[in-house]
Amino acid sequence: MADTARDPPLENTDFHELEDGEDLFPEPSATQETGPANLPAQYISANLNGPKQDSLFDDDPEDLFAEATEEVSLLDSPEREVLLSDGPSPAITPITPPTSVINPRVTLAHDDMFTHSSFDEIEEEEGGDSFDIHISVSDPEKVGDGMNAYMAYKVTTKTSLSSFKNSDFSVKRRFSDFLGLHSKLASRYLHIGYIIPPAPEKSIVGMTKVKVGKEDQSSNEFVEKRRSALERYLMRTVKHPILLKDNDVLQFLESSELPRAVSTQALSSAGLLRMVNKAADAVNKMTIKMNESDAWFEEKQQHFENLDVQLRKLHISVESLVCHRKELSVNTAQFAKSAAMLGNSEDHTALSRALSQLAEVEEKIDQLHQDQANADFYLFSELLGDYVRLITAVKGVFDHRMKTWQKWQDSQMLLQKKREAEAKLQFTNKPDKLQQAKDEIKELEGKVQQGERDFEQISKTIRKEVSRFEKERVKDFKTIIIKYLESLVQTQQQLIKYWEAFLPEAKAIS
Amino acid sequence: MMEEDKEVKPSLSVHGHNIKVTEVLRDGDTLTFLIISQKLSGTGEYHVHRTHSDFEWLQQHLFSQEDVPGIQGVIFPPLPAKVQMNASAKVMKQLGFLGLGEWQLYCKALETFLQQVASHTILSTNRTVEIFLTSTDPPGRQRVKKNIFNRLSQAVEEMRKEGHKDVDEFFQTERDHNLALSGYTRTAAERFLDVVLTEQKIAVACGHFSAALHLCVEHGEDPDKQAFSKTCVKLSEVFDCMKKNMTNVAEKDANSLGLGLDLRSRCLDAEKEMLFRRTCKLVELENATRNAEKAKPLKKAAMEEVKKAAETEFNHISGVAKDEIVRFQGERVKMLQQTLVQWCEQQLHTAKETAEQFDQHLQAFRGMA
Repeated sequence: MADTARDPPLENTDFHELEDGEDLFPEPSATQETGPANLPAQYISANLNGPKQDSLFDDDPEDLFAEATEEVSLLDSPEREVLLSDGPSPAITPITPPTSVINPRVTLAHDDMFTHSSFDEIEEEEGGDSFDIHISVSDPEKVGDGMNAYMAYKVTTKTSLSSFKNSDFSVKRRFSDFLGLHSKLASRYLHIGYIIPPAPEKSIVGMTKVKVGKEDQSSNEFVEKRRSALERYLMRTVKHPILLKDNDVLQFLESSELPRAVSTQALSSAGLLRMVNKAADAVNKMTIKMNESDAWFEEKQQHFENLDVQLRKLHISVESLVCHRKELSVNTAQFAKSAAMLGNSEDHTALSRALSQLAEVEEKIDQLHQDQANADFYLFSELLGDYVRLITAVKGVFDHRMKTWQKWQDSQMLLQKKREAEAKLQFTNKPDKLQQAKDEIKELEGKVQQGERDFEQISKTIRKEVSRFEKERVKDFKTIIIKYLESLVQTQQQLIKYWEAFLPEAKAIS
Repeated sequence: MMEEDKEVKPSLSVHGHNIKVTEVLRDGDTLTFLIISQKLSGTGEYHVHRTHSDFEWLQQHLFSQEDVPGIQGVIFPPLPAKVQMNASAKVMKQLGFLGLGEWQLYCKALETFLQQVASHTILSTNRTVEIFLTSTDPPGRQRVKKNIFNRLSQAVEEMRKEGHKDVDEFFQTERDHNLALSGYTRTAAERFLDVVLTEQKIAVACGHFSAALHLCVEHGEDPDKQAFSKTCVKLSEVFDCMKKNMTNVAEKDANSLGLGLDLRSRCLDAEKEMLFRRTCKLVELENATRNAEKAKPLKKAAMEEVKKAAETEFNHISGVAKDEIVRFQGERVKMLQQTLVQWCEQQLHTAKETAEQFDQHLQAFRGMA
């Protein structure tokens, strides 16, 4: 009987590829195939339609800088698993770069550095600003019918920040819009070390119930759960100083119309590709053995591993508490009913009245139990669930760093090989080949330098991010705990009132 | 109506209302209870040890007082069922509230049984009560002859008599009333037991959460780590507080309302038994009357005798029963009132205490940098 009142907090379905414990965005394959033809290409493109051939050969860094701060996308090798956004073009279309395109990447070395440093500047600016933005997600509304139906949520932003056009505005968004936003942010920032708040989980079972039009308590609970999760997601996202400045975030909050994010569907071709790539990726991750020279990173990784385990334990504990609390509510309601029946069948007037009062008190207490169960759930259980997912994102960022290191090492190894090959070529009479070898070496040297810079940059970013994350974590927990305690105190006060009202009734029986 | 008897009825040498059942000693599978009763004269006490079998012996003797007219009209105080150690969950569930905890409630139920017996005008005069309460030696173990009080072995035929229409409106009303009340009371007691058991589960879950929080405490110089650890420790204190509160609430629930509902339920069952006995006697009387009317002249006199005997017995029973019912109704109301008041006061007290503790924790958290 408790089942109908209970909504399993974390739903896992077969098609739900974002499972607990798994990296939401496992990094792209670290082991790169050797050979220029298959080198993953890094492109900076103004839009996401694929590399703009002209800009790639453009040696002028200025143009690219202008775009760099807005959109940096990583269109990587097919092994990439990251849920990249597609924009107007279809999703992950693996693009095998022609060899000649490799050259511009040397000039891009400057861009990357500049890109990163411009992010740094933004962060430093942000330090002075007071954080003044509040987002709420409300008014879930079912749009359409049958299996094509979806829930539209109203996203209201209240802010005094100048980066927004208005100070109080709302837009309508659906769940896939949120996923689309997240995918864009992830593709842009994860690989350079920023901890992106993970998007709320998909749930095919939950949504199907809503689509089919089942207006019962469990589907209402599902919608409320989702609404709350979407709100928390947006608030966490805008709390990040870099993300607050991101154009896609601004567009998400402000634009009345948003292009539909198709690749987020579980059963789309992109979705299937994701699932296939996951297996490959898991294997690849195991093969990276990094020489950690920085004790800070080693310690932090261990710390997050431990934290992950502890938070999961806490989460399970709280879920059990929520479950029992709901059970208590049901049992109290049942008891209230039987007390009422008892009161009705008593012929002694005062006793009958007291028993009826007892039934009423118990009904009120039942409501208190329900409220408390909601507090247990929405405050603690969801907080812990959010953090378990956040830690996964954190671990992902650490993994990206490992990959970046690997890439750097691979370039170095390749450079070494090329140098050896060149040395050998010195003794042969093949001037063309020798020249080619020298060119390749020059380009590889640049790549190695870039690799090192990337690695240092991502390490630096991660340090800052982790520090910010840890501070946020403490603040977050404290805020929630205070809210929870307030709910506990309030419940007790109510309880006292109920008992004080009942006591004279009980005493009046004579 | 009590029959006027010229004989001096033996009376108890102890007070009936303050008999206590205190300790429980466990010896393998047997539980032994310590019973303390206050002497009527002076300030002495009787301390005796009894097992459940001893209680059953007492009860059997009370049942089989055939020389007492109208004895079947007595509402016998209900004796709690025997406790089986290592019993299955189903058996424990049947014991209801009495099976909770370390037998405190069970002792209380035994205590109430003895108090009711010792205070009963008819029952307290039975010698076995005196022996039970005062003799240091365990009472005799002779098997008392089987009596009709044991409903469990009744045939289906007997059960049909339960619905037999009464000749007296007073009794018919009481029978109907009892039927409804005993059903609802039992249901209420069962459901309240579910509430209490769930409260206990919540207490356990809070304890687990509190323990899990301690695992999150990390040592180190890092200020963020220290802040988080401190938060976890403080939060675990909150959940310890919640656990204590829930345990308290569950205990108070069981001790007062739970016990009260359980007792009420069993007393209503005892009343039902009595009413059934009387109904059976009624059926017997009606049969005897019919037989007497239909009897051939030869047998008529004998049948008349039988009818007369049945009639006398029935009248005795009805007389006793009426008194018992009046007494029962008064006691029932008083008992439930006491239960409800006690329960409410206890819960109010607990709630106030807990509110204060929660508030303290809240202030502590708010004050934390």
